[in-house]
Amino acid sequence: MLEQPSRTAGSATAAGLIIKIAVLAVVAALAVWAALPLIAAEAWWGLGLEAAIVAVVYYVYLQRRAIQLKYLVPGTLLLIAFQILPVFLTVGTSFSNYGDGHRVHKDQAVEAIIAAGVQQTPGGATYLFSVGESSTGDLTLLLTDQRDGSTWAGTEEGLAELPEATVDAAGRITAAPGYTVWDLAELNERQAELTELAVPTGDDSGIKVQGLSAFEGTSTRSYDAGCDCITDTATGTVWYADNEEGSFLTEDGEAALVGWRVNIGADNYLGVLTDPDIRGPFLGIFTWNVLFAAGSVLFTFAIGLGTAMALNKPSMRGTKVYRTLMILPYAMPSFAMLLVWAQMFNRDFGLVNDLFGLSVNWYGGTWSARAMVLIANTWLGWPYMFLICLGALQALPSDSLEAAKIDGATGLTAFRKITLPLLLIALTPLLISSFAFNFNNFNAIELLSGGSPFRAGDAVGGTDLLITYAFRQAFGATTADYGFASAISVFIFLIVATMSAVMFRFTRNQEDVYS
Amino acid sequence: MTAPAVQREDAVDRGNAATRGGAVKRKGRNPFVKWAGEFGWRHLIAVAVLAFGLVPIVYVILVAFNPNGTLSSTSLLPTSFGFGNFQKLFTDPNVPFGRWFLNSLVIAVPAAFVSIFISSLAAYAFSRFRFKGRRPMLLFLLLIQMFPAFLAVVALYLIFGNIGEFYPVAGLNTKLGLMLVYMGGALGVSTWLMKGFFDTIPKELDEAATIDGATHAQIFFGMILPLAAPIIAISGILAFVGTMNDFILASLFLTDRPEMTLAVGLKTLTADNSPASYFGIFAAGTLLTSILTVAVFMSLQRYIVSGLTGGAVKG
Repeated sequence: MLEQPSRTAGSATAAGLIIKIAVLAVVAALAVWAALPLIAAEAWWGLGLEAAIVAVVYYVYLQRRAIQLKYLVPGTLLLIAFQILPVFLTVGTSFSNYGDGHRVHKDQAVEAIIAAGVQQTPGGATYLFSVGESSTGDLTLLLTDQRDGSTWAGTEEGLAELPEATVDAAGRITAAPGYTVWDLAELNERQAELTELAVPTGDDSGIKVQGLSAFEGTSTRSYDAGCDCITDTATGTVWYADNEEGSFLTEDGEAALVGWRVNIGADNYLGVLTDPDIRGPFLGIFTWNVLFAAGSVLFTFAIGLGTAMALNKPSMRGTKVYRTLMILPYAMPSFAMLLVWAQMFNRDFGLVNDLFGLSVNWYGGTWSARAMVLIANTWLGWPYMFLICLGALQALPSDSLEAAKIDGATGLTAFRKITLPLLLIALTPLLISSFAFNFNNFNAIELLSGGSPFRAGDAVGGTDLLITYAFRQAFGATTADYGFASAISVFIFLIVATMSAVMFRFTRNQEDVYS
Repeated sequence: MTAPAVQREDAVDRGNAATRGGAVKRKGRNPFVKWAGEFGWRHLIAVAVLAFGLVPIVYVILVAFNPNGTLSSTSLLPTSFGFGNFQKLFTDPNVPFGRWFLNSLVIAVPAAFVSIFISSLAAYAFSRFRFKGRRPMLLFLLLIQMFPAFLAVVALYLIFGNIGEFYPVAGLNTKLGLMLVYMGGALGVSTWLMKGFFDTIPKELDEAATIDGATHAQIFFGMILPLAAPIIAISGILAFVGTMNDFILASLFLTDRPEMTLAVGLKTLTADNSPASYFGIFAAGTLLTSILTVAVFMSLQRYIVSGLTGGAVKG
């Protein structure tokens, strides 16, 4: 069947031909548009990549041999760009120390450390500043030049113009696109981080914060490539580069605040496996993670199946109304309902305690918090299970059930021996994917409990899943350690993939996924 | 393939059933007991489950219409009633709800549409063509879904930072960039669902059409797509709702308050440092958001059951 169309098919009709030419013309136009900025920036690798993509597209749609490629190319290109590439980058990051204090390249780190030693020079520029955080959490000085009122954004990487900032009467920046500007309270709280922040503006000059304003000046520190060290002439401190750790260390082993990004091999992975401070919590989270995913699937499936069995009776009155109402929880926006559930479990004013006359502090205890997230997650998931169970039940051959009845199997026996096995064959792929989904159900935990309860001084909460734990490592309030977080996400991937593979193997002989 | 085997046995059993059918008639019993045995327990289960299912929804409605709009002033018995929260949604300058709603639609509708189209193209290839690398690709699609996408956000951030340097229209803090990420997930579960459904459309139809001179494109657009309306509809709903509910990517990409989507914007209303009275506004916003999704679900309800299971049951 395959060979035939591939020999005869093509754009046989005039309309088809016109559409094809039009689409290819649009691709060409887009390609030209996309090429211009690349040429202007002399980004030849980008241009080469673009040319390659366009060539592939043209080849695929003009050839007549491999028809399937015409249908696969659009999705595959997007898949490579936005799914496969991020995965590879994440795996790459997991072998590095990328994170707070190790964000930049070595020369940028040198510049930043030199800038931190800046002393004010008479007549140097002064700035009004406010502090912003970019969406990746980069600390940024939002500066207003007091001479001409121009606005700038400075990080430890350097200074960039910021034309679209909103300023108050004094000229201080109050809002800027892409940044969350700190309010006074936060400014006071995190003053310490500011005193260490310096924006390099040249080889030995930079901008530093002092009190309520920032100034530009020259540094007392200098870098010497010969000893690979930085010397502060004012204090006499010498930092030597440690190229394996990506840090500058004094002789006492104290690290300068800014380090750089280096490849640290498998340290992030080994840390999880060997460091008892990490391994212990990791195993704890893992156990609960499996429990949570399995429990979610079990409860939602039990309720969904029970309801579907009850409603799978064509002669029953009101089934349509019931079914419509049961879709409602599924149709509600889940992120909002999770936030609502979080409020319903409030100890003092929440509906759950109110309704049942309890005064449970749901967020306080590990197991009450776990019960809470399971209850809420079951609420979110059962309508889906109900729908697929109902569909599967209706697709069951009714003859076999009748036959079983005649052979004497009724009620529970028929359900256990006939209905359930047949259902499971049909639904196993969906149950497995539901397990995998819940294993990584970031939203449910983040929006319900945020991982709490936390014991004092513990980085791991009672309801934390591996993914919320990893996310906090990467984007948490205190420190960001992308390398470690990436290593954990690779672990998560391996765990879920292995579990799914095992489960698929168990059911493979009953199925036809490979047909 | 187990299904045909089961069906064959059924055919035999049906014969038996026909001959013995008369013998299993029940004797007359008390009609109420009979009703309870046959229907009563079904209603009981349905009502019990519905109580669990509807209480949070009723709660949201009550909070939304409670003019005090705080957590402590709301219980399941309504005490007061008013539209104040809805009014604030559209008048409070700090809550640009209309903009959020529009942003969500502008992003979710095209993203869902394009990704379903691309996904159906791939599903057609997987269902109708036999080529080298077909099975590995299908399994790979399943596998890559298991990589926790949230953690790829660091990588996505770097990628879009680079894109934005050359093409500001698709960089960070743009709707187009966010849409591209959503479309990037086009190939995935929905491809599997659709492929399963396409497999149930007899290949003989394709062959007949080919003999009549139809091209592969005409077969796909003219025949397969219309026949697969249920699965297209359900995949579209799932993609749309999934995009509407996305929180992480949207909060990463859209940081300016007027540019936010509903999920990101509404979340800010329940943040710890928001005034307690915002909870009522939040509930009103949730209710208005859900009107849209509920309407979509209800209008396509007849497709949902067959669509969700069609692909899976037939594998």
